[in-house]
Amino acid sequence: MPVTSPSTDADLECVQLVKRFGDFTAVDDVSFTIAEGSFFSILGPSGCGKTTLLRMIAGFQRPDGGDIRIKGKSIVALPPNRRPVNMVFQHLALFPMMTVEQNIAYGLKRRKASRAEIARKVAAVLERVGLPELAGKRIDQLSGGQKQRIAIARCLVLEPALLLLDEPLGALDLKLRERLKVELKELQAQVGTTFAYITHDQSEALVMSDQVAVMDRGRFVQVGTPQQLYFEPRTAFVAGFVGDSNRWSGRVEDTNGTEAIVITTNGLTMIATRAGEPALSKGDAVDIFVRPEAIVLGRDADGAGGCENRLPGRVESLLFDGANSRVMVRHPATGGDIMVALPQTGELMGLRRGEDVYLGWRARQATCFAAAP
Amino acid sequence: MSTPPQIRLGLLLLFAPIVFWLALLVILPHVDMLLISLRVRVAPREYATSLANYAEFFTEPLYWNTFARTAIMSVTATVMTLLIAFPVSYYIAKMVRGRSKTFLFLLCLTPFWVSELVRTFGWMILLRETGIVSSLLLWSGLTDARVELLYNDAAIMVGLVYTSMLFMVVPLVTTLDSLDDSLVEAGYDLGGNSFTVMRHIVIPHAMPGIASGSIVVFMLTLGNYLTPKLLGGKDSLWFTDQIYTQFITRFNWELGSAFGFLLLVLSSAIVWIGLKLSGQTLSATVR
Ligand SMILES: Nc1ncnc2c1ncn2[C@@H]1O[C@H](COP(=O)(O)OP(=O)(O)OP(=O)(O)O)[C@@H](O)[C@H]1O
Ligand SMILES: [Mg+2]
Repeated sequence: MPVTSPSTDADLECVQLVKRFGDFTAVDDVSFTIAEGSFFSILGPSGCGKTTLLRMIAGFQRPDGGDIRIKGKSIVALPPNRRPVNMVFQHLALFPMMTVEQNIAYGLKRRKASRAEIARKVAAVLERVGLPELAGKRIDQLSGGQKQRIAIARCLVLEPALLLLDEPLGALDLKLRERLKVELKELQAQVGTTFAYITHDQSEALVMSDQVAVMDRGRFVQVGTPQQLYFEPRTAFVAGFVGDSNRWSGRVEDTNGTEAIVITTNGLTMIATRAGEPALSKGDAVDIFVRPEAIVLGRDADGAGGCENRLPGRVESLLFDGANSRVMVRHPATGGDIMVALPQTGELMGLRRGEDVYLGWRARQATCFAAAP
Repeated sequence: MSTPPQIRLGLLLLFAPIVFWLALLVILPHVDMLLISLRVRVAPREYATSLANYAEFFTEPLYWNTFARTAIMSVTATVMTLLIAFPVSYYIAKMVRGRSKTFLFLLCLTPFWVSELVRTFGWMILLRETGIVSSLLLWSGLTDARVELLYNDAAIMVGLVYTSMLFMVVPLVTTLDSLDDSLVEAGYDLGGNSFTVMRHIVIPHAMPGIASGSIVVFMLTLGNYLTPKLLGGKDSLWFTDQIYTQFITRFNWELGSAFGFLLLVLSSAIVWIGLKLSGQTLSATVR
């Protein structure tokens, strides 16, 4: 099967989209482009306007401002059934009065495809999602994961320019979600259709996407590759929302522009690097974020050599999760807990609750942002 | 494990009223009616078992025609009620939200605040020769004499549809309400237009409501006495009127019972055919 790599042609282009419900602005001046064949995720907390944005692209909601273009042509004036996009709904919306086969054939019939062509395409798409034996089943006879794949097949069979997915894994249990995440990404790579995927689960967005847009209260806060979002967040919101972090609030004691000495509200002194736009000056309120895996953990003080920030601590609890294991370390003077990734290399294997340890992290890996007002 | 006796007694007491009701008001009269319909009077106070009453029905064209006419008119009234009630219900269930939804629903209910008799008189006031519609037509110059709009089949039909509306709207609104909006949206999203979405998604979903509404409306119409009598006048030729005449005017209980039984068979047969044609089952309908 041909693997199409994302090209630079814009498939979907949204320009300054606005949607208001009365006084409330659900989508506020959002602009972005999605490259052809890429997997684009929109990540944001519940109620931030993700579904509203997607429904505008699908044509179920009329934007109050801005334009939506597909392959350069504006589609704002087109009704949903004439747009070259299809949507996988939040609760899938499979037609319960039809069989799996009829569900998939529904769109083809509306296009007046011939009977032979319908049969061929339905069989092919069922093959592609790996469920050829389900053709004659009723919808209520399917498992959650099967429904999921049939809903996607029902859209893919129409070969849309863009497939919109509204948290399609939301209703499934964790284990299944983990598996389908990988499958969905593979499927997208195989068929080469552009996917616009909505989720509030950051791990889904990071694993599957070529590009992720982080959305907060109707606005896009940052758009970038998963790596960019994870390693170079531009706002405190992105740093806090994408991945796990230790977070401190504090006030700038001194700064040279890029690095700052910060005294946190619980009395720690730290050296952190400025990220994000507004330059910092003495006395500014800031938030500091440090990833658990950026913290060096050692049994003695030299373990954290070379780190600008160093703290003694006592192991409060061990959260074993295989490669993802964490240690909660309590700082004795302030009582604050710090989450540290537990390296799976021998020397810390025997770590016990109550043991004294030393922590350290580089100034470069402590990012600080002007605190949200 | 057997049920403890006190629980069995409780169940018995709980269901006693409904069992009594069924026995006293439904089964007993019908058994009696069947027995009465199967006898003929040979001499005063002397009866013989015979099918003569049923034979009379089939040999006398008036009875037979009235019977067929009632059935056809009832089916027509049911279909018309459905055609009018469906868009109304769809609008109430799917297009409006919140307060206005409740308001519209109550609006459909208001005609039932007054009795059927008063409602039918309302139509008579509108439709009779000296009535409001006739006056309006005369005044606007559309006709040059007063017209009698009462005492014809159209007037009966209007009255029947009006009386039945609520019994169709309630089950339809209930089933349409349970239709997930995203199914309709998915129907459009995948390329359907209003017609195909209606045909392939909304109507199949609403089918149990359509069936139960139609059954109720059909039964009520078939058994209606007042509306055809008042709006259709003495030529209304409604089968219930024939039954009334046999029982009350002619005092011919034997023939009246036979008619009553035939009406029961007729309504059951038509409902059965309707269910078969629409691919519904009675159990799905009452769910
Ligand atoms: N039809 C509507 N009328 C009024 N307000 C609405 C309407 N639809 C959405 N909203 C509001 O717009 C905001 C964004 O809703 P939206 O459904 O887009 O959120 P979301 O990001 O998809 O959330 P979730 O992850 O919970 O699905 C919410 O605060 C919601 O209350
Ligand atoms: Mg949503």
